[in-house]
Amino acid sequence: MTTTTNGATDWRDQIYDIFRENGVRHVAHVPDGGHAKLIKRCEADPEMTTVTLTTEEEGVGMLIGSWLGGTRGALLIQSSGVGNCMNALSVLKHGKFPILMIVSMRGEWGEGMPWQVPMGQATREVLEAMGVIVYEVERDSDVHATIEAATWLSFDSSVPVAVLLAQRLIGTKKFVAA
Amino acid sequence: MTTTTSAKPRIALERRNVVNALVANRGNDLLAIAGIGSPCWDLAASGDHPMNFYLNGAMGSAAAIGLGLALAQPKKRMLVITGDGELLMSLGILATIGVAAPKNLSVVVLDNEVYLETGAQPTHTGRGVDLAAVARACAIRNAETVYSQAELDAALPKIREADGPVFTVVKILPNKAKLVIPPLEATYTKHRMREALTGKP
Repeated sequence: MTTTTNGATDWRDQIYDIFRENGVRHVAHVPDGGHAKLIKRCEADPEMTTVTLTTEEEGVGMLIGSWLGGTRGALLIQSSGVGNCMNALSVLKHGKFPILMIVSMRGEWGEGMPWQVPMGQATREVLEAMGVIVYEVERDSDVHATIEAATWLSFDSSVPVAVLLAQRLIGTKKFVAA
Repeated sequence: MTTTTSAKPRIALERRNVVNALVANRGNDLLAIAGIGSPCWDLAASGDHPMNFYLNGAMGSAAAIGLGLALAQPKKRMLVITGDGELLMSLGILATIGVAAPKNLSVVVLDNEVYLETGAQPTHTGRGVDLAAVARACAIRNAETVYSQAELDAALPKIREADGPVFTVVKILPNKAKLVIPPLEATYTKHRMREALTGKP
């Protein structure tokens, strides 16, 4: 496993370190269990601005503004929230704006909540339909390289990039009635 | 049937006069985002500027873009100029702005109470929905509605300089003004603004 400059081995810490190493300073999110630790790390960093959104679409707009103002930003959302972003994504494609979307998946590997399946199954396809380049990561040993490559691709080539964090990586949420 | 008299103040302001006043005597310290439709034509008519970004798509995203730009450029004044229909599409952004509370962000809604671009169908704002009250309920304390020239004159220093976030609804007549089209390529307006702000495209 590759490690970040801080030698982090937990993949959530590695993502945080990649943000730091690559100048990602604005972090917008709709909270999700898959992102909980990363959100905490970003919130605790005085050099990062972390914004809680009411809906994921706001994050696309906000990070367009961040880029206009010279700041790199990342959007932390769940796969269901990808569906809330579609028309806002048109600006990224038309204007060649970079954005780093890190999407924690639902509705695929062993999902026990049927309401999550339709959006989870469509996540990659709808992102690609809107011109977002999609990477997916299933093993913790691949997180570092994938997030780093996505960060470079997005900000160095000015394209929107999403990394899907698969349920195999983050763990499938089980629903057990009390 | 009984006739009720509206208690609403008479609307008299013309949109172009309002927008011209909003950006009057600007320098490079005022950044402006215009929301889809007439606000884009209004801002272009007031004079194209490297610090303007015209959002000709993604209806509902103008205030969100203003939030990100305000946070990225805290020493500049960030002015979002948008329409009532555009803001109604994403009222949640008022809660996000209220909580993020950027001091340099000012949102002005040109409220003609109709969807002017699509045939002047009424929006909610003419039917009892009070956007300034929504903003106040979303923790944006500096929020008001302006009806007259005198009220606009009093609001202008707040819009341009007061500690934000500032939210101002300006009631305007539902009149179309001459179409003035700004640069339509966001790749151009993006590079232009980034270069002016950061020295690199």
